[in-house]
Amino acid sequence: MASDQTLQAHQGHENESVWMGAKEPFKASYGKLMMWYFLLSDAFTFAGFLIAYGTLRFSSPTWPVPDFVFSSLPGGIHHKPLIFVTFMTFVLIVSSVTMVRAVQEGHRYNKKGVVFWMLMTIFGGLCFLGCQAWEWTTLIGGEKMSILKNPFGTHVESGVYLEGDGHDIKPGDSFHAHQTYLIHQHNGEWMPLKYKTEAGEIKQQQFGPKAFGALFFFITGFHGFHVLSGVVFLLIIMINVASGVYVQRRNHYEMVEKIGLYWHFVDLVWVFVFLVFYLL
Amino acid sequence: MAHLNYEEGKKVVFRGFVLLGIVTLLEVMVALVGKGYIIHGFHLPRFIMYSLMIGMSLYKAYFIIFEFMHMRYEVPGLVRSVLMPTMLLIWAIIAFFYEGNTWYHWRKNVNDRPILELSGGVSNSNNTHHESGSHDGKEMQQETPANLPVDSNAVEKHH
Repeated sequence: MASDQTLQAHQGHENESVWMGAKEPFKASYGKLMMWYFLLSDAFTFAGFLIAYGTLRFSSPTWPVPDFVFSSLPGGIHHKPLIFVTFMTFVLIVSSVTMVRAVQEGHRYNKKGVVFWMLMTIFGGLCFLGCQAWEWTTLIGGEKMSILKNPFGTHVESGVYLEGDGHDIKPGDSFHAHQTYLIHQHNGEWMPLKYKTEAGEIKQQQFGPKAFGALFFFITGFHGFHVLSGVVFLLIIMINVASGVYVQRRNHYEMVEKIGLYWHFVDLVWVFVFLVFYLL
Repeated sequence: MAHLNYEEGKKVVFRGFVLLGIVTLLEVMVALVGKGYIIHGFHLPRFIMYSLMIGMSLYKAYFIIFEFMHMRYEVPGLVRSVLMPTMLLIWAIIAFFYEGNTWYHWRKNVNDRPILELSGGVSNSNNTHHESGSHDGKEMQQETPANLPVDSNAVEKHH
């Protein structure tokens, strides 16, 4: 940050100093400014993904209800909508908070404090990645969703099931329009159930929109990749802090601030991924 | 760039933690209550529910950017140069959702025409209703939307 004194000192050579790097545009260092613009471009990438999700969802006659799709908890608990992702959101918020603390300790040149709070942040990031790994495992391994097949279909009309799936649906169970179901697999065979509509037609469960799986895995995967690379960078910078690299530098702990910006951005993106995928 | 002293800074962090936590819980509560999971038979109108959730998410985004990322303490030029370009997204959202809605109507038209299934060559003809697109096995209506106008032209020729 250019102080008033340095500004005055350079007033005489205004034209030269502009091009010599003596003046900081926007009173922010080059590194921080570029981090902001990188994050801006990254925000556009994520916005592009999320808008694509919205567009395809708008274009599709049916869409799986997220409360049904994302309702499992570790330990074989089902039909508890939103609990697990809320926990994931909290993990990310907490890790964002610990990151702010690390930056604050950096301003006080408290090396131990920076290392401790960065370690907490890394722990939060790993915890989030673990949650996401569990979520993906459940969807891919348990429910057999892939980028090419979406077993989560949605009814467009009310009716009564003629068959049961051995899980939640028994023959004779009724359902209403906009209700999402999961087509199960038995020995590698899809077992769509037959049902009778209110109009008396006999029909079979259909697979849901294919784009759902692809969008889910690509967008949460892209976000998870950001978290993973954030954890790697945090780790590197934490080791640098611990070994005293930044004590020597003129800008001291600014590296911690920069990785902090990135880490908060990852949290920021999750706010919108959470909104778009799980809440709406 | 600490413009607050250390103790004040710590307070802001704690306040931010509580605030973000509460707003997240509120969002989840709106979703669960609004969709009828908590009180049986009680649903919030979609419009109210969605605007509440989007509003709260935008508030969280504002708080993270301005407090946690210290945007509040940057010079106005920096704030503008980072935040103003995101306004373009408003247009992108309107344009693409409008487009998605158009695709939705195209899909309906395509499913109306049983002859299409010859060009698709995969599904049999027990789809009688228009919206669900119930084909057997393969999901014609879930091909990439870009294919749809081409397909419907092909159908025109068959007629």
